[in-house]
Amino acid sequence: MTTLPGDASALQDDFGDLAPDPGTPAAKAIEGRSLTQIAWTRLKRDKVAMVAMCVVVFMCLLGATASLIAPHLGGGPNLPHTLLIDGDTSLPKGSAGGMDSAHWLGVDPTFGRDLAARVVKGAQWSLLISFAATALTVILGLVAGLLAGYFGGWVDGIVNWLMAVFLAFPVVLFGIALASGVPPHAFGFSYVWLRVTLLIIVIGGFGWAYFGRIVRGQVLTLREKEFVDASRSLGAGELRIVFREIMPNLIAPTLVFASLAIPANILAEAAFSFLGVGIPLPEPSWGGMLNDSLSQYQYDPAYLFVPGLAIFVTVLAFNLFGDGVRDAFDPKAGR
Amino acid sequence: MITFLIRRLIQAVTVLLAVSIITFGLFFLVPKLAGADPATLFAGKVTNPDALNGIRIKLGLNHPLWRQYWDFIGGFFHSRQFDNGPDKTTCPWPCLGYSFRNDQSVSTLIADRFPITLSLAIGAPILWLSVGVLVGRTSALRPRSFADRSSMLVALAAVSLPVYFTAAVLRLFVVFTWHWLPDITYVGFTKDPVLWGKNLLLPWISLAALYAASYARFTRGSMLEVLNEDYIRTARAKGLRERTVINRHAMRPVGTLIITLFGMDVGQLMGGAILTESVFGLPGLGKLGVDAIAAHDLPIIMGVTILAAFFIVAANIVVDMFYAVIDPRVRLS
Repeated sequence: MTTLPGDASALQDDFGDLAPDPGTPAAKAIEGRSLTQIAWTRLKRDKVAMVAMCVVVFMCLLGATASLIAPHLGGGPNLPHTLLIDGDTSLPKGSAGGMDSAHWLGVDPTFGRDLAARVVKGAQWSLLISFAATALTVILGLVAGLLAGYFGGWVDGIVNWLMAVFLAFPVVLFGIALASGVPPHAFGFSYVWLRVTLLIIVIGGFGWAYFGRIVRGQVLTLREKEFVDASRSLGAGELRIVFREIMPNLIAPTLVFASLAIPANILAEAAFSFLGVGIPLPEPSWGGMLNDSLSQYQYDPAYLFVPGLAIFVTVLAFNLFGDGVRDAFDPKAGR
Repeated sequence: MITFLIRRLIQAVTVLLAVSIITFGLFFLVPKLAGADPATLFAGKVTNPDALNGIRIKLGLNHPLWRQYWDFIGGFFHSRQFDNGPDKTTCPWPCLGYSFRNDQSVSTLIADRFPITLSLAIGAPILWLSVGVLVGRTSALRPRSFADRSSMLVALAAVSLPVYFTAAVLRLFVVFTWHWLPDITYVGFTKDPVLWGKNLLLPWISLAALYAASYARFTRGSMLEVLNEDYIRTARAKGLRERTVINRHAMRPVGTLIITLFGMDVGQLMGGAILTESVFGLPGLGKLGVDAIAAHDLPIIMGVTILAAFFIVAANIVVDMFYAVIDPRVRLS
């Protein structure tokens, strides 16, 4: 709580939604609510988080339907428009990178491909990879943290050591090396899907150690709680205790972690694509477009700003929403 | 204290060994699966089997994998002999082998590039630590005020920006549009300290912006939490000046947390700021590693990766030792 001396209204504010509404009958007021439901009630009152959520939902819809939308935007993401390119400079004709009614965000230099279509298609890869990588991180982190925290002893020792190894690994170097070492066609994947899979594995497979530490810490305290003892004395097995007693208490930290890990993973995917080991050309990606823009951005700044702002707006919206989720679960964190 | 330190050191050594084994395995096994022989990578277009054999012997590629790894690790402790048939090469300690591409000593290459990465990892942290902590502290003292709201919004925006985008935009305006600074070429500190700072200003700012923002958010969050503790109320109740309460009582635990974060971040940065280096074309360790990966130059990749991991692990130990000194509970656990 962010109470300064004499600030009593903050206390009221935090528990206001827990207290029964004076106008409703008592029977309705006693209805039990889970922590997640309470958090959702708080989140709905957070205007900034709600606006951010709208942007997030919009971007997700855009990404999910990219294959349907992108072909109808200025001729699709991969169709060149050489007529729109100045032959001498290979830059788009017209102002602001060739923005007009047909190409809302302009076209890219050299080829003249529609940037709106490329940004939309890039959103698909960006969101797909960040969501999948976050899911992988959460699963690995939960398993590792539960094993280490609940069983302790030598299991804890091994998991802790593994986490130290993963935290000490230069992830970016490793990711670049892995992507450049794997041949373009392997394991029956197409080039694009192979890279997508690698990115998910590298980004998700290295992020778990940090989350695993959080989970381990939580489980260490949860394990000693009375409700676990109670459940055990009623004859519950280890599996039941882990899944029915401890796991539900990990929902809050998991949701908070996941909602802040997604924007971080969007940035990670963009960084790998920027370094040329993410989504392979000519397939559009935000990081790849940014890298492509670097060679002539003093002459065509629009090409730098379009993918850059796409990343910025998406990541900012996810971050604002994630902050809202964190505050909803833990009003003390405050903003 | 001593046993704590020894335990941490043993763990650090095993972590470094694991990182080196994984890297070594990865870089030898992946090309092998892809059907490439390191000797041909080294020799380029040479097809003469005798020449290839010579290279294999020189690089030790004729030994089994574990033996190559063992010899490689040996290079950290003593000089190595490379037996190339007629002539013998002595690789002085610390020996990380020779580049597959141009036969340069990897330790020399790293020593050449390291000052650039170090320059980045000195200037940027000073900037972000001072700005980040100051902003976070100011925000926490007046929560929900206009200054707090706006600075936290700016901080959130800054953590949402990719560092290479910030860097490119800064360079676009400062260098190309307004001509405030000449374009960046690295000049050594010992050669011309003023030019050194001037050239590194933009990389420092773009790198620091990201970290400063997250430090401001972190400082604010933990400061607010600490200000809510009972002992702060006690300090205020016994009539201490507000300045003393904030600086002596509240900042101490917050500072401990920040130093932990700071140590880890600087350690990570010492291994190379790949993105910043590549946007500004600074030939630091990160650039060396990326270029080596593109050229499949295994010895350089190994050297850079292990050095980067070493800095992270070393930073971990320094932070732990710092903790053990200021917090007696750590020593006992």
